Amino acid sequence: MADVHAELKGVTRVYPAQGRQAEVHALGPVDLTLRQGEFFSVVGPSGCGKSTLMDVLSGLGAPTDGTVTFEGKPVRGDVPDGVGVVFQEDSSFPWLTVWDNVAFGLRRAGVPETEIKEGVAYALSFMGLESFAHAYPAQLSGGMRQRVCIARTLVMRPRLILMDEPFGALDQQTRLLMGDELLRLWRETGATVLFITHALDEAAMLSDRIGVMSSRPGRLIEVVETHWPRERDSRVAASDPFGHITGHLWSLLRTESLKAMGKSPAPESTPEAAKGPAEPRPFKKRPSNRREDAA
Amino acid sequence: MRRALEVLALVAVLVAVWQALHIVGGDVALSSPADTAVRAGEMLASAGFWPHVAETFTALAYALAIAVLGGLAIGLLLGLHRLSGAVAEPILVSLYSLPKITLYPVILLIFGLGLSAKVAFGAIHGIVPVIIFTMGAVRAINPVYFRVSRVMRMTTADRIRSIVLPAALPEIVSGLRVGFSLTLLGVMIGEMFASQQGLGFLIMNAIGLHDVPTMMAVTLLLAVVAVAINAVLLMLDHRLHRRAA
Amino acid sequence: MTRIGWIRLGVVVGAVLLLEVLCRTGVIDPQTVIAPSAMAVALFDLLRSGEMNADIASTLTNVAIAFVAAVVGGFAIGVGLHAVPPLRRAADPLLATYYAIPFFVFYPVLIALFGMNDLPIIVIGFLFAVVAMVINTLNGLDRIPPVLLKTARLMHMGPLNTALRVKLPSAAPYLFTGVKLAVAYAFIGVIAAEFILSTSGLGYSIAYAYNNFDNARMYALMLFIIILVTAVNMAFYVWEQNQMQRRRRPS
Repeated sequence: MADVHAELKGVTRVYPAQGRQAEVHALGPVDLTLRQGEFFSVVGPSGCGKSTLMDVLSGLGAPTDGTVTFEGKPVRGDVPDGVGVVFQEDSSFPWLTVWDNVAFGLRRAGVPETEIKEGVAYALSFMGLESFAHAYPAQLSGGMRQRVCIARTLVMRPRLILMDEPFGALDQQTRLLMGDELLRLWRETGATVLFITHALDEAAMLSDRIGVMSSRPGRLIEVVETHWPRERDSRVAASDPFGHITGHLWSLLRTESLKAMGKSPAPESTPEAAKGPAEPRPFKKRPSNRREDAA
Repeated sequence: MRRALEVLALVAVLVAVWQALHIVGGDVALSSPADTAVRAGEMLASAGFWPHVAETFTALAYALAIAVLGGLAIGLLLGLHRLSGAVAEPILVSLYSLPKITLYPVILLIFGLGLSAKVAFGAIHGIVPVIIFTMGAVRAINPVYFRVSRVMRMTTADRIRSIVLPAALPEIVSGLRVGFSLTLLGVMIGEMFASQQGLGFLIMNAIGLHDVPTMMAVTLLLAVVAVAINAVLLMLDHRLHRRAA
Repeated sequence: MTRIGWIRLGVVVGAVLLLEVLCRTGVIDPQTVIAPSAMAVALFDLLRSGEMNADIASTLTNVAIAFVAAVVGGFAIGVGLHAVPPLRRAADPLLATYYAIPFFVFYPVLIALFGMNDLPIIVIGFLFAVVAMVINTLNGLDRIPPVLLKTARLMHMGPLNTALRVKLPSAAPYLFTGVKLAVAYAFIGVIAAEFILSTSGLGYSIAYAYNNFDNARMYALMLFIIILVTAVNMAFYVWEQNQMQRRRRPS
């Protein structure tokens, strides 16, 4: 579990000035190491460059500075084999049925039709879509369409799965259930997952580690370890560590979010809260709790 | 069912208006619906009629081939290459609004009288809307589909075939509908001047001879065919747009 | 002017220069196409001599009348159809297939009805342009977000107030598209009608020049129409950009 699967070193992304628009320093510098098979979330204020981070890591965009490696090989502007991406918006193709959508990637890769049949049937049943195989995305709800997108990615057996706020458009209950499905998927495939979300509770519930980004230009200010067991689901929300982790994330982010909005944080009322966001925060002591702050 | 009844009602209203105009204007202005129908029947039965039909539809076929294939190709390129599309757009809009009949003498000078002039005329009428609609359709493709294609490491040709064309199809069909109508219009106008054969010629000839029933009969037949084809394309248009919604 | 504007200007100037070169070197037969510079000179002379003034005035007047009638009439018809859904459903197939019919075939009918004057020409221009306005008016009214109408009701606005202060501004972009199309179609309708069966106007003059092998005049007139159409389009384009700038969300 300690093998490095992907790595970002000193990565920045600067969008050059165009016409009347000034240069935008969207990201970095960022150092990030993804361990093989881990579930890593990224949270941060709006506009901090979370999506840019994912672009760079996936190869959809080249970094302005720094290096990106995946499975030991450099990534620069091209998507390497073995990477799957689920986007924030519904990217299912409206002109294909659910079945054809999920089969799309395999067909493009020239996989024989018999194998495709097997793979698609399995992916559909895994995501609970078998009865909708011949429906068109326009006939499905938002959550189901997103499941189609996930099935389409999953059927390609990616080793690294990147997800950019995939549940953003869904209601809370659906999100929680989809989160459970996602964990199931993660365990079954053994893939490494990078999960971007603005929902702190979601990050806290799902991840092994959570990277907290600052406001733009986004840098990783802290990586929080959750120590959840691998066999987990949304019911960890009922436990105490969940509350602490979420609270910690928010205390880090509150300042950054205020900065992003152009406001400075108000003077805090309690001595605890008066400490700066970059400092480790002490948690309430529980006998069985052994928390450490990750760096 | 209800739809069909509504359409029939509409047709009935139009025929009634037609009859009224006939009564007002007299035979010298327009022949009655009944007379026109009779004349149309006669023409359809006469052997001399069909060569004209063949001439018109041959010209139309060639013109459509140029307008559709050329329009799609150019529209695709302009849609995919942002800069070219942005540069070309106002130029295309100006070309669309230009009364192409003003270019007619140039076409005649270049192609002479005959089939090629008609085809050219039809093609220049039809190609512009096809380009404009195709370009618009490609630009309107949700960018996320392109990102998916890159994650799947697709080649450009594959991307165009499997994503760009299917995604843009509804709007492309709308453009083809307009392109078809305008190409037919162009061919018809072309025939009115540059030909001794074809339906447009028949109309012009009838006008010259003050043969109102013939003029109206040919017009009616032409209109019926044009509307029928347009209706089919319209159904296709609606179907595709519904699926894409 | 933006970078794209410069590139566009370059493309157009380049094309004209290419044509000029091809004509002057004789690659293109001067009996077929005359050089752009010769066209410009011919146009200048023509305008200066005032020979064309009557025809230009005639065409522009016809276009203007057809255009205004089409915009006002089209808008009224669109509003009327929108207010009476059954009528609109009945009219929908007609509207959708309207442009499939080659119009000019009706021209002789119109002459027979109205006589050999400007009226058939204006009517053709009107018929060509009006449906574009109707379709876009319907489009615009359809797309008014219902939430805006609810807001108007909450503010106790009457029907006329709602129409003027909410519906009209909301539908404005589509109405404007209709207006643009109406201008283009009015031009096309009028000039084509003049070309086919008229004794005055720009369309007729081009046909006359062609029939009399007067290439210079023919091309001069064509150039004039091209410039006219482009100028009108540009004016609309610029006005639209200014208006729409405020409504567009920053991308």
